[in-house]
Amino acid sequence: MRDLDNKASEAKDKKAAIGPDVELDAYSVEPPAHETIQDLKSLPEEDKERMLLAGIDTEESERSGTYIQKDSSSIYAFSHEEGLEVIPIREALEKLDWVKEYYWKLASVDQDKYTARAHLDLHDGYVIRALPGSKISFPVQACLYLEREGSTQNVHNIIIAEEDSELHVITGCATAAHVTEGLHIGISEFFVKKNAKLSFTMIHHWADNMIVRPRSVAKVEEGGLFLSNYVSMKPIKSIQSYPTTYLDGKGAVARFYSLLVGSPGSELDIGGRVYLRGKDTRAEIISRAITNGGNIIARGDLIGEKPGVKGHLECHGLILKGGFMHAIPELTGTVDGVEMSHEAAVGKIAQEEIYYLMSRGLTEEEATATIVRGFLNVDIPGLPPKLKSEIDRAVELSQQEFM
Amino acid sequence: MLLIEDLKVKLGKREILRHIDLEIRPGETHILFGPNGSGKTSLLMTIMGYPQYKVVSGKITFKGEDITHMSINERAELGIGMSYQRPPSIQGLKTRQLIDICCNNGGDTEALAEELNFSEFLGRDINVGFSGGEIKKSELLQLMAQDPDLYLFDEPESGVDLENISLIGNTINHLLRKNLHSTADKSKKEVVKERPKMGLIITHTGFILDYVTADRGQVLYNGVLACRSNPSAIFRQIKDEGYGECVRCAI
Repeated sequence: MRDLDNKASEAKDKKAAIGPDVELDAYSVEPPAHETIQDLKSLPEEDKERMLLAGIDTEESERSGTYIQKDSSSIYAFSHEEGLEVIPIREALEKLDWVKEYYWKLASVDQDKYTARAHLDLHDGYVIRALPGSKISFPVQACLYLEREGSTQNVHNIIIAEEDSELHVITGCATAAHVTEGLHIGISEFFVKKNAKLSFTMIHHWADNMIVRPRSVAKVEEGGLFLSNYVSMKPIKSIQSYPTTYLDGKGAVARFYSLLVGSPGSELDIGGRVYLRGKDTRAEIISRAITNGGNIIARGDLIGEKPGVKGHLECHGLILKGGFMHAIPELTGTVDGVEMSHEAAVGKIAQEEIYYLMSRGLTEEEATATIVRGFLNVDIPGLPPKLKSEIDRAVELSQQEFM
Repeated sequence: MLLIEDLKVKLGKREILRHIDLEIRPGETHILFGPNGSGKTSLLMTIMGYPQYKVVSGKITFKGEDITHMSINERAELGIGMSYQRPPSIQGLKTRQLIDICCNNGGDTEALAEELNFSEFLGRDINVGFSGGEIKKSELLQLMAQDPDLYLFDEPESGVDLENISLIGNTINHLLRKNLHSTADKSKKEVVKERPKMGLIITHTGFILDYVTADRGQVLYNGVLACRSNPSAIFRQIKDEGYGECVRCAI
């Protein structure tokens, strides 16, 4: 820990490699602490509604566990299923020695000032773990909720799918309705062990002036599958995220899907990078972005380091009402016999498609909305229907706002 | 009734249809012949209301309403439906959703798809990776769901294998209510008289004539309707002599 402290201190002013620089001192409001609750029913209605928009079901129907954090405190952390652990990270670091074997083991604390801050001023976060062989029946939900105007939330999450386990996590990030600005820094480290399957679906529902700096790294062992979905439909001031995945074990697979909408004033810089290091590893990065006047950078990077690995990158962007769209797909092969491809397109909705649907009776507006919905409707193999419908709902809810 | 009077249409700067007069009465189905590039598809697109086909002069009336400048969806609502030769693919829009749209949520999508042996395609993105024949089936399914009064078919049999051609042909005949029979209180003549459906079918191969009882044939040549006659007679003549004879008529 001493070593981490030193490294973090040295990096506390280090600018990030990409993305607009954020003046951290501008977010000096101390986030308040909150009492823990025993029952989600006691949450205020307003909070429940906001959480629902980010895919968090406070009724906990069809959820195997729930973690809820408000500002700097975890207020609710429960597992409802054997073989599943849901623990606030500060508590875990204090009481469970094994957690230290995972803390900052993939992400670097001195990567930039955001990682440094998340260590020096940690406001909790979660450890979610599926024990060896446990197939967790329903998704586990985690909500990071910001209530204090102008404050920061620095969280660190560790997600572990032990050997032969199966775990589906949905994380909803949201702000209270009255909040207009704030800063969220989120470190996530994913460990997908031998033959495990982990899906991680993140839905963002922030305030217009939020700044978000996630830093995520995943490691997938032999035969493991890591599925990562990211949905951001709401206006946001700036988000910059470029998660890295290491496919270390033979036959490991990673799939990334992002659905993005950039509204006027929003800046989204979202990417995904996968190192295909093990034999027969496969990766797919798919992004669908729409801008109505916001700026979107969609990045993707595949690095093939073993013969026989396969990867595909797809960045599709639509400019609907002005804005800026920059697709940056990158492929790097370091040996013979890698097989990687990319497909990038930036354009508008084809008029021909609108007319086609109009000839089936839809108005021009209905036809456009239907095409946009289709554009954002990506088939995600291996995702439980329940989670797919959560994604569909998040897309649906934001439709009226950006059409 | 569809009534087209002295229609002149431009696509960009090019005049593509001239002096078009066409009348399709309720219950009638017309076949539209013509060589490649003669303007057949343009005529269908103009009737459907595609705005790039600019009506310079003349008038289109449907069910007594002047539709010359109506939007595509208004025409669809009024009862015009079109089966496209090469419809666009739409990523993420499932065929099932589109059929539901065509039904206006009033029909039974599953049952309709069953009729055309097309159920397994309902979960696929519309037209994405469909073969020529699959596209035709999907178009036909959409029209079945829409159930318009005027059916516009742009080469409904092209790219369809022999096994499916009779299914498509018979379905079209059925949609156009060409297979009506007499009832206890009405003679066949009376039943046919009350038949409201109209059709305008483009064909190159003429296969469709084996299944659909058409009332008239029209030949479009170089943007002008050159000939009106019995469809089978026209088809035979084109087969024997090509469109050469039509040129003489068009002049």
